[in-house]
Amino acid sequence: MKVLVCIKSVPAVAGRITLTPDARAIDTKHLGFAIGPHEECAVEEAVRLIEAHGGEAVVLTLGPSTALEQLRDALALGVARAIHLVTDGQEWDPESTTAAIVEAIRADEAASGPFDLVLVGNEAGDSADYQVGVRIGRALGRPVVTAIKGLSVADGRARCEQEASGGRDVFELPLPAVVGVLEGINLPRFPSVPGRLRAKSKPVEASEPARPAQRLELQRLVVPQGAAKQAVVLGHGPDAAPAVVEVLSNLGVL
Amino acid sequence: MPTILVLATTADGAVDDISLQALTFGRRLATGGPVHALVVAGEPGAEGTPAEATAAGFGAYGAAQVHLARHPAFETFAPDAVAAVLADLAGRVAADAVVGPGTEAGNTVLARAAARDGQPFAANCIAATLGSPAQVTRQRWGGTLQEEAALHGDRAYVSVAPHAVAAEALDGSSAAVDAFTPDIADADLVVRVVDRVAAAASGISLAEAKVVVSGGRGVGSTDGFKPIEELASLLGAAVGCSRAVTISGWRSHVDQVGQTGTKIAPNLYIAAGISGATQHMAGAKGAKKILAINKDAEAPIMSAADYAVIGDLHQIVPAISAEIRRARGA
Ligand SMILES: Cc1cc2nc3c(=O)[nH]c(=O)nc-3n(C[C@H](O)[C@H](O)[C@H](O)COP(=O)(O)OP(=O)(O)OC[C@H]3O[C@@H](n4cnc5c(N)ncnc54)[C@H](O)[C@@H]3O)c2cc1C
Ligand SMILES: Nc1ncnc2c1ncn2[C@@H]1O[C@H](COP(=O)(O)O)[C@@H](O)[C@H]1O
Repeated sequence: MKVLVCIKSVPAVAGRITLTPDARAIDTKHLGFAIGPHEECAVEEAVRLIEAHGGEAVVLTLGPSTALEQLRDALALGVARAIHLVTDGQEWDPESTTAAIVEAIRADEAASGPFDLVLVGNEAGDSADYQVGVRIGRALGRPVVTAIKGLSVADGRARCEQEASGGRDVFELPLPAVVGVLEGINLPRFPSVPGRLRAKSKPVEASEPARPAQRLELQRLVVPQGAAKQAVVLGHGPDAAPAVVEVLSNLGVL
Repeated sequence: MPTILVLATTADGAVDDISLQALTFGRRLATGGPVHALVVAGEPGAEGTPAEATAAGFGAYGAAQVHLARHPAFETFAPDAVAAVLADLAGRVAADAVVGPGTEAGNTVLARAAARDGQPFAANCIAATLGSPAQVTRQRWGGTLQEEAALHGDRAYVSVAPHAVAAEALDGSSAAVDAFTPDIADADLVVRVVDRVAAAASGISLAEAKVVVSGGRGVGSTDGFKPIEELASLLGAAVGCSRAVTISGWRSHVDQVGQTGTKIAPNLYIAAGISGATQHMAGAKGAKKILAINKDAEAPIMSAADYAVIGDLHQIVPAISAEIRRARGA
């Protein structure tokens, strides 16, 4: 089978977020980049499907030249090749992101056959638009499910499980289909050293799509003012235990 | 004055609070204009299906007209079918905005309806004003960052972040309920729930626990969680963890607190060996009090916590358990 997995490179923020002076982006001067947790699991799921059924996994991103690193990470895990839609670093809104991805899918399918599955994250780590997968499915006329925590493929159908109160809801889709994956669907592997070496020579097909007018137009980012607290230090080391128990007792949780 | 259409979802046949929040948000967006609501339901009397009275209940929160779409297909979740009815109704009532709850189900239905309608969609908004363009403020990074954006379209599709507004009833208002049977194309029933498998009942649910005791990378191993579990059991607490723990395979993802894990709202959150990354804290914002146990007095969690103990969690956590036992006289 042929599986496409779409990933987005996002800044690896940890502590307080700092913005660029125009407030349109996170200041990444001192930050690395990563792919979101849902997408990490989507890559793992793609690799497992290929290991189980044979075929080829392809990874795609729309993002700046630095996103090549996240593509190489996926290649190191067993994905065969990559498609890089290179941007100048400005964000693309969900509709234009979808249009560029759909065009790339059509071109790849014309050249090397249809994808049985397109895997996406449930929502992007940074913008969390909750829609690119749904829009890809709509544009290609393929069924889409989101929030998926269990996936298996047999006889041209995908069985997809979603957490529900007291159990799991099951969807069964005919392939080709689009599936939005949630973190927790699997435990992603770490890349091996030989995997990293092999990734360096795997093909990455780069192109530069034009960025259309944005209909969900980012104007400004704002870091909400949380009540900046300073924790009361109850003590150092195990000797603090009585002070902790007194707090627990005052809070009524003992 | 704008016309607003609100997607109301129900849980086990009852009005869910998140939809009432969306309705309140939609009513404010309408600034006095007409507010419509869409409720979908299976055949009358089918298990879990909302009755007319449930639909009418939305009137108290400001929907003047409730459209109750009844169809056997709605006995289980069929997001494209709901989206088809929603987008069609939006056209029929000439809605200027379509509003829904920012839940997994709400977001997927709104995204689908917006895609059918050829319109942009802004998920998890906390504020909006209509106009051309419409303006929205929406949550990113699980709410640790906000985005102000313009929405250029003929109709604004927005979902409302949970708890962005409190549901507010209006005195003495009620809704007219218009029940109808929509035509649903087979293509819109390809994606639907065909089965429900029961999950093994687990202990205290993380999302609902009154006390949560979590461990992070500082715990060091699967076995390192034994003292955390012991403290949790003494407090009747649920055990949580950070993503550093789940990706190391020390605990299952169901225990993960954060942006891509569970959002918790306990009275007390004890976080041991957790640095306090924004994505972790995005899941712990609902905690009333936070106690951090960390060997680093400068860790970011110190500016989110109420109390702290500085030092090695491997010594501190067992000491707290021992002290609780002593205090209880056991
Ligand atoms: C899009 C995205 C989504 C994410 N979603 C989540 C999420 O849902 N949940 C989540 O948790 N993370 C999430 N992350 C990851 C997050 O950024 C952090 O990497 C993660 O939370 C770090 O976990 P940690 O605090 O356990 O580890 P670290 O950051 O490594 O911190 C370990 C802490 O333990 C302390 N420590 C070490 N040893 C001891 C000891 N013996 N005694 C006491 N203290 C000790 C250290 O001082 C340090 O403060 C996400 C990241 C991205 C990019
Ligand atoms: N720029 C991008 N490049 C590749 N995939 C993307 C991009 N943006 C979004 N996606 C995919 O679509 C999913 C949902 O994104 P979103 O609708 O923005 O929340 C993400 O988890 C990715 O899998």
